[in-house]
Amino acid sequence: MSEPTLIETPQQADRAVTIYEKSVPGRRAAQLPPLGEGVEETPIDQLIPAHLLREEPAELPEVSEPEIIRHYNRLSRRNFDLDTGFYPLGSCTMKYNPRLNERVAALPGHARLHPATDPADAQGALQLMYLLQESLSEITGLPTVSLQPSAGSQGELAGLLLTRAYHADQGRNPTKVLTPDTAHGTNPASVTMAGYEVVKVATNEKGGVDVEDLRSKIDDDVACLMLTNPNTLGVFDENILEIAGLVHEAGGLLYYDGANLNAIMGQARPGDMGFDIVHVNLHKSFSQPHGGGGPGAGPIAVSDRVEPFIPRPQVVRIEDEEGVFYDLDFDRPKSIGRLRGFQGNFGVFVRSLAYILSLGGDGLSEASRLAVLNANYLKKRMSEGRAGRYLPVAFDRHCMHEFVLSGAPMKKELGIKTLDLAKRLLDFGFHPPTVYFPLLVDEALMVEPVETEAKEHLDAFADAIETILEEAESDPAVAQAAPYSTPVRRLDEVGATRRPVIRQPQ
Amino acid sequence: MLAAIGVDSIDDLFAQIPEAVRLNRPLDLEDGMSESEVYRLLAGLADTNLDAERIPSFLGAGMYDHYVPAIVEAIIGRSEFLTPYTPYQPEVSQGGLQVMFEFQTAMSEITGLPVSNAGLYEGPSAAASAAYLAMGVTGRTGLVASRGLHPHSRETLATHAVGFGATLTEVGLEGGLTSGEELEAAVTDETAAVFLQNPNFLGAVEDVAALGEAVKAKGALLIVQVDPMTLGILRTPGECGADIAFGEGQSLGNRLDFGGPSFGFFCAKEEYLRKMPGRIAGETTDVDGRRGFVLTLQTREQHIRREKATSNICTAQALNALAGMVHLAWLGKQGFVELGELLVRRTAYARNLIGGLEGFELLHDAPVVREFAVRSERPVEELLPLGDESHGPAPRLQVYPLGRDYPEYEDSFLVAITENRSVDEIGWLAHMLEHGQAGWGEHIHDHDDAGNPVAGGVR
Repeated sequence: MSEPTLIETPQQADRAVTIYEKSVPGRRAAQLPPLGEGVEETPIDQLIPAHLLREEPAELPEVSEPEIIRHYNRLSRRNFDLDTGFYPLGSCTMKYNPRLNERVAALPGHARLHPATDPADAQGALQLMYLLQESLSEITGLPTVSLQPSAGSQGELAGLLLTRAYHADQGRNPTKVLTPDTAHGTNPASVTMAGYEVVKVATNEKGGVDVEDLRSKIDDDVACLMLTNPNTLGVFDENILEIAGLVHEAGGLLYYDGANLNAIMGQARPGDMGFDIVHVNLHKSFSQPHGGGGPGAGPIAVSDRVEPFIPRPQVVRIEDEEGVFYDLDFDRPKSIGRLRGFQGNFGVFVRSLAYILSLGGDGLSEASRLAVLNANYLKKRMSEGRAGRYLPVAFDRHCMHEFVLSGAPMKKELGIKTLDLAKRLLDFGFHPPTVYFPLLVDEALMVEPVETEAKEHLDAFADAIETILEEAESDPAVAQAAPYSTPVRRLDEVGATRRPVIRQPQ
Repeated sequence: MLAAIGVDSIDDLFAQIPEAVRLNRPLDLEDGMSESEVYRLLAGLADTNLDAERIPSFLGAGMYDHYVPAIVEAIIGRSEFLTPYTPYQPEVSQGGLQVMFEFQTAMSEITGLPVSNAGLYEGPSAAASAAYLAMGVTGRTGLVASRGLHPHSRETLATHAVGFGATLTEVGLEGGLTSGEELEAAVTDETAAVFLQNPNFLGAVEDVAALGEAVKAKGALLIVQVDPMTLGILRTPGECGADIAFGEGQSLGNRLDFGGPSFGFFCAKEEYLRKMPGRIAGETTDVDGRRGFVLTLQTREQHIRREKATSNICTAQALNALAGMVHLAWLGKQGFVELGELLVRRTAYARNLIGGLEGFELLHDAPVVREFAVRSERPVEELLPLGDESHGPAPRLQVYPLGRDYPEYEDSFLVAITENRSVDEIGWLAHMLEHGQAGWGEHIHDHDDAGNPVAGGVR
């Protein structure tokens, strides 16, 4: 085994220093406006009793504005980002974020509009929300859309609370929610928070729901089935109508996790498949930038029988002889209520509507087609050469927008784990795919190349994998100790958990 | 590419979708538009909104028109912060992870509680997260909320209580403040948590420590929703004995955006560290001994723990939390206090002025920081239109009618003050309240007597 020569990169040499450690007493950036004529400089304790006041100021950094800019710009260079490189993170839909969307979201009419503004003074904003509701309704094939949920997981929880309200309205109280073993982790977590019990359904040899297993678990105690279609294996469940029929016959609802909607826009619609509730991740299919972990938005689309229960307020369009008026409808007696404050992540709605308007119906459809083309092309490339040998596709058939590889043979024959491969990819300038998910696949590697990546990036990624595997054949230690060129190398996560240091020491 | 895959057309790849569920028609949406057309359309919609650039906004109720320093935009607009996913690969996510660490430190400092997460969606849903934690810790199902808690937080708690199997009881207000007697009566051995807000929804500063005694006596958790911009001035929730403090972070570095995206924060006592919802960044070292940061305590989280997770949160509000951190660094240790003092003094000025107007009085005389409630002799709905409404709605005075959430205060409204609201604008508000629509558009100065431009105004 060779010892790789390690030369510290400039970014590595730039050791992590927090803004607190750059603090110098007395330095500052902010200059505040004067109090104003006539406003007295009354001692604060004459306005608020002293026992309700803070005695010591909060330890915030004391830094100048140039230092703040420099600090965060340097920090930013320690991030890998989508604008710089290929980011095939499975189930995350890392597509290009058009800058037009940022520009329109920043217009003062959007950005400085207070959420409690009377609807009469916010007609543009409400119309924008209504247009987005209508667009998502058409895309999902369901008649009503609530934009309120803040992200996918809140959309899921909303969907489950809707399920509860729907059944309660019929005098029923089923206790179980079925989820496939391939489900996103948020699904079972949301199920528990909605007071339901999770019942897992097995996956069949083609990667879809095992219908026999489903049949054996369905009874009148099933509130709903949560499904992603295409699922996290990138496989469209061909039995979807049969599955929907089984669940509906037993009185249950069908919930669609829209994380993978990017595969099917304009091709097929969850509503047409029999789903009653769908959440849509605007930060996935509809180009809201991920921001290093948010913001997002998780609107839900629902069928007519679920509509009475949707969160309030709902944006409605009222047309009468005086014209058209967009309003916030609070008068929804069967509503589950609120999931959050005000009307939702409006800034995200602006960006996503800009995206939908830019692409149009045909463009969205084309986006899905290209996403599926790219995924199948990359899958094909990964089935050749060493990748084909060491990283077989978990379910070998045409995929939709993503596919899952198993690193099990690689681990067995080369002694490198999926984690090692992922870390070595960082040295090649790629963000790795999602690793160790879905749980069903041993040493899983979940690849979603998205439609906005050109063929040459897909080829370069496949070539890098090939190179890493070739390197591992002769010297697995290289990948096992990777990465080498990143701002830091492998980090001690166990130590971080054992002795948590989660803030600057006082 | 098709040849490489071995199919003739992209359609072949979609063959796995059964014919019966295929759409087989174009989506019924408009055709795509050029960038300039989309800009024009959306700018046209934006133009019909009466935003805080066009009219002095005295709206608050949890979100405030603060001045967001220009560096916030410059930093959060960088691709390296704007476009990554959640930092699942820490070696190439040190920027974002360190920001979380700094943010956790800052939130912990301002709330006076030792533990903070990296942020939640926004304020009211953080209340639900807090309830979930409290129920898990105490094994109890009773939730008690002051009517001073934001109505959206109370409604969000009620929505989630159905799923959590919790019961929600409300405690009334007296003289603008949570009734200590009612609170004591409402807290029982079945109470998991008591929710207060400080300053409360009517703007009043509560004596959280005193109210908390009844909560502690029954072994329930004391949970306080706080407005971060008041924490330069007010005794911290930590000092008041709170177990958890949470709140809406919009005031810190985030635009109004008609309600979001912003961020929520969640701080707690040390003992709840491993029960916290959401992401937490922790410090560690790499194999060469360099300092680094990772997402830590991940066994709490949905992607590991699944149905046993402490919360279902995945994508949250990292970019908004960064904006908050940059704003806090910009204000700094001194500026954060000074801004708080400015708010208290200007608000006192505005409260005296408006409370003294003919036909108006203060709803309560409890101390306030940045928002106050005013009762009006005339119906509030009549006060608001700024102009003749015979040909459709006129622009509204931007104050918050309390009747929306409190039938008992139907005759009252809230006025919020920020550093953006000048003395002239406060004077304009007083004039409009006193004289009604007759004063529309005539009173606010574009320039003061010395000829200096005045911020705000009606376009």
